[in-house]
Amino acid sequence: MYNKSTIIPGLILFVLFVTFPVWFNGLDAGAVPKPEMPPGGQKQCVLPAAEMRASHMQLLNEWRDNVLRDGNRVTVEVDGKEYRKGLQMACMECHTSQEKFCDTCHVYASVKPYCWDCHITPEAAAKKETH
Amino acid sequence: MKYAFSFLAVIALILIAWLGSRIPGMEYLFGVAIPYLAIMVFLGGFVYRVIHWAKSPVPFSIPTTCGQGKSLDFIKQDKLDCPTKTSEVVARMALEILAFRSLFRNTKSELHEGPKITYESSKWLWLFALIFHYSFLVIVLRHMRLFVNPVPAWIQALEFGDGLLQIGAPTMYMTDVGLILGVVLLFGRRLITRHVRYISLANDYFPLVLIFSIAVTGILMRFFLRTDIDIVNIKNLLVGLATLQPVIGAEIGAIFYIHIFLVSVLLVYFPFSKLMHLGGVFMSPTRNMKNDSRAKRHINPWNDPTIKPHSYAGYEDEFREFMVEAGIPVDKELAPKKDEA
Repeated sequence: MYNKSTIIPGLILFVLFVTFPVWFNGLDAGAVPKPEMPPGGQKQCVLPAAEMRASHMQLLNEWRDNVLRDGNRVTVEVDGKEYRKGLQMACMECHTSQEKFCDTCHVYASVKPYCWDCHITPEAAAKKETH
Repeated sequence: MKYAFSFLAVIALILIAWLGSRIPGMEYLFGVAIPYLAIMVFLGGFVYRVIHWAKSPVPFSIPTTCGQGKSLDFIKQDKLDCPTKTSEVVARMALEILAFRSLFRNTKSELHEGPKITYESSKWLWLFALIFHYSFLVIVLRHMRLFVNPVPAWIQALEFGDGLLQIGAPTMYMTDVGLILGVVLLFGRRLITRHVRYISLANDYFPLVLIFSIAVTGILMRFFLRTDIDIVNIKNLLVGLATLQPVIGAEIGAIFYIHIFLVSVLLVYFPFSKLMHLGGVFMSPTRNMKNDSRAKRHINPWNDPTIKPHSYAGYEDEFREFMVEAGIPVDKELAPKKDEA
């Protein structure tokens, strides 16, 4: 084999690069997020849990467009219960905590929704009032 | 026909993964066993190919010289195109690997009316290749968010930059558009340019179709076919793969298994195909050698060490008698015979 002094370090770098997740994690998978269930004990949501898990972001985007862009604030009725369209007005009525609910999965999957560029959570709002 | 074959092959692969992953108990085959096998074949095959290349000797000093070589002091040397120092070779290689400099040159002869022939640099291939490769690189790096926990800041920054346009939810990635665009342009080039089409083989089309399908299944999974696509569940499996303790917690949609199966096929195919230009670009003697053959002797590794250099003086010493006899002029005359005196 020729040029060992450059090829072997190059190959080692390549293998390290490809196996990055293995040595970065150090064989420790870490905890799987457990989002907090509504503290009020509510069981029902606008969609079944599996659908919410998969497509809540699309629903929220739709609501935002309806409310902010089209001025359509017509409430959504699911199984006899009325929901206003909104993150704070509907979702966070039950899921009160951003940190304990939204962020658990978002941090795990490295998703950074820009909801919080405009919205303020009930927790943060309460904090602000006391100060 | 050659491209039709590639499409058929990829469709067959998609069907295998789609139908196969629907059989109960086969999730572990498609989600765990095949990906592990694929990454091992990829790494092993890659190292094998590079070492195999490294064993081939370079008999001659063969850098491509594309500019003025080092000469007298008042003649300006083209340091990038005719490097004589290691630092110049490194600069040349870096530009080749990071900016695809030789594709940027790509002189093309064209016959115009007149008749008139022109030689112009055709930048299309360079442009398409650049879009394609950089999109692919960012996509691969971005995917690391699903394999590592916690996610380091540089991956988050990369993701943020890629989704900067904030279109839709989940956010559209610019590199997704870039990859699809790049593949379609590179594929179209092979179909439309006649002389490129003539030399294109099934193994040129197949990787393009495969990468196209990987990109499409990924986009479908992210934006459209979201049934049973729970990112936490998927990340749990992928971090599990990286930490050697894979678990499939809940059911995952078939589109995920199709995507991961196609990626596995790409990984297995990689080391044994033209895609090895990833490793090969570093190993090409025409780029990574210095043009210093006049200053430093290039020893051919094939040379038999038992064959010693044979100078003219030595040659004459060996054959002087016969040369004189045949009337061939010699530098040194034969020693006068003693008994003649």
